[in-house]
Amino acid sequence: MKFRGKVWKFGNNVDTDAIIAARYLVSSDPAFLAAHCMEDADPDFMKKISAGDIIVAGENFGCGSSREHAPIAIKAAGISCVVAKSFARIFYRNAFNIGLPIFESRDLWDAVSDGQEIEVDGDNGTIRILNSNSGPLRIEPIPPFMQQLVSDGGLMKHIAKKKA
Amino acid sequence: MGMTITEKILCRHTGLKELHPGMLINARVDIALGNDITAPIAIAEFRKAGGLKVFDRDKVVLIPDHFTPNKDIDSAQQCKFMREFAREQGLTHYYDVGEVGIEHALLPEQGIVLPGDLVIGADSHTCTYGALGAFATGVGSTDLAAVMMTGEVWFKVPETMKIVFSGKMKKWVSGKDLILYIIGSIGVDGALYKAMEFAGDTIGQLSMADRLTIANMVIEAGAKNGIFIPDDITKAYVAERAKRPYSFYNSDPDCQYADVININVSGIEPQVAFPHIPSNVRGISQVGDVKIDQVVIGSCTNGRIEDLRVAAGILKNKKAAPRVRLIIVPATQGIYKQALQEGLIEIFIDAHAAVSTPTCGACLGGHMGVLADGERAVSTTNRNFIGRMGHTGSEVYLTSPAVAAASAVLGRIAGPEEL
Repeated sequence: MKFRGKVWKFGNNVDTDAIIAARYLVSSDPAFLAAHCMEDADPDFMKKISAGDIIVAGENFGCGSSREHAPIAIKAAGISCVVAKSFARIFYRNAFNIGLPIFESRDLWDAVSDGQEIEVDGDNGTIRILNSNSGPLRIEPIPPFMQQLVSDGGLMKHIAKKKA
Repeated sequence: MGMTITEKILCRHTGLKELHPGMLINARVDIALGNDITAPIAIAEFRKAGGLKVFDRDKVVLIPDHFTPNKDIDSAQQCKFMREFAREQGLTHYYDVGEVGIEHALLPEQGIVLPGDLVIGADSHTCTYGALGAFATGVGSTDLAAVMMTGEVWFKVPETMKIVFSGKMKKWVSGKDLILYIIGSIGVDGALYKAMEFAGDTIGQLSMADRLTIANMVIEAGAKNGIFIPDDITKAYVAERAKRPYSFYNSDPDCQYADVININVSGIEPQVAFPHIPSNVRGISQVGDVKIDQVVIGSCTNGRIEDLRVAAGILKNKKAAPRVRLIIVPATQGIYKQALQEGLIEIFIDAHAAVSTPTCGACLGGHMGVLADGERAVSTTNRNFIGRMGHTGSEVYLTSPAVAAASAVLGRIAGPEEL
């Protein structure tokens, strides 16, 4: 699991209303939700990003509502993964359940600037900031059960596999 | 080693003899809840995975409360999709417009959730039912889909943070003020991944409505669940509602807490959470002159009959300030009817309030009170994020019903003592 992309930085406590505002919850169509991803935090976000880019955030990313529309919007927007200092717990579950890769790193946020390119290596548990002289940064290890969810392709496929 | 009430309830829903924080468990679910926003995704996932029948038609509860009565065509489509699934599955607990209420007010009121239950809901405020001594937590739609298939859910057993309240609450201080005070003290991730257990001699002074309000907002501190040990108030509340057996659990004397926070409530004044985060809390005396455009009294946090009585007591023979739109939303049809019988609705209408049928609409900027650019609202709801109730240039201040009612009359944020 390796991801390489440009960084878009957000602060602490990015809430799910900022990721996808409630006024758009009249649909669960991923393309529709993606069109409004991060709109209330940065109205131009969708104009600026390219496929594969990476959201880097501070503490408690995804706090607030349980809406799965939030990780769905991020994934459908083409963001390859989210790296935050910490995640709110429902968002954390939802991301793994739908197959949006997320990683915890205490150090990345302070080390990286908007627009810099990084490479996240989920297998080795490291992040490299490209074109910089800083050494590799450590990612918090993903618990084995969550790794299983990821490798099975999300919660529903994991359950189907268990039943089989 | 002993277990906390949270650990005990989780344990009783597994085949294990004991468990401890950090363990990964699969637990049986007593009630699984979805609403008109989250259930459509769950139903689609359920079908995609080959689901034909839900694991138990008495235990899957679907409540169309967010964008109902249907606010537009897209919401109508979502509701129709959920309604057809509920009918096809023969769900016992599906309630439509005219019978439906705001989920976290309706389920306790109707005895659908009970002490000792393990409840998951695809709605973050599912934690409300901890007030009854149940383990209840919010999950996402795919988690709900998995429970609809299997009747089970995975959890990491949380550590418990114990909050010990002591002392007597001042006049006009309510459960809402206590939970806002805590969120202001520990922050919006102060209890991240943890259970919050409420204890202490103040609890006996708290009505079930106050406890439901407190448990409702533990998610705003990042908690997995909030829980109260059942007492005589709990027993009286459930005795007249339950239609199936239930169990009371307590924490063992030798159980382990990750933190213990002692709070003397006697010095706490009514609290106000300023924009744009629920932890941005000030006492009412520190608010200053904040003019407002709208007041909303209602929601899963504060739309119960006790809340309406407090508001009516303040609004009686008074009117909302001319520039303030006052919107009052009884949380269930039962509450609405009781408010009507008690004469509260007449007081509200005489105070120039718009009284609405139950809906979550205003709280999340859906309908029934969306804010324009630059507008300020005082609201008894639970979140004040940017754009939460409408335009990203609007502001939401979270308060108790007492402060909301007084603010409506005065046209600025104020406590009832100023009237």
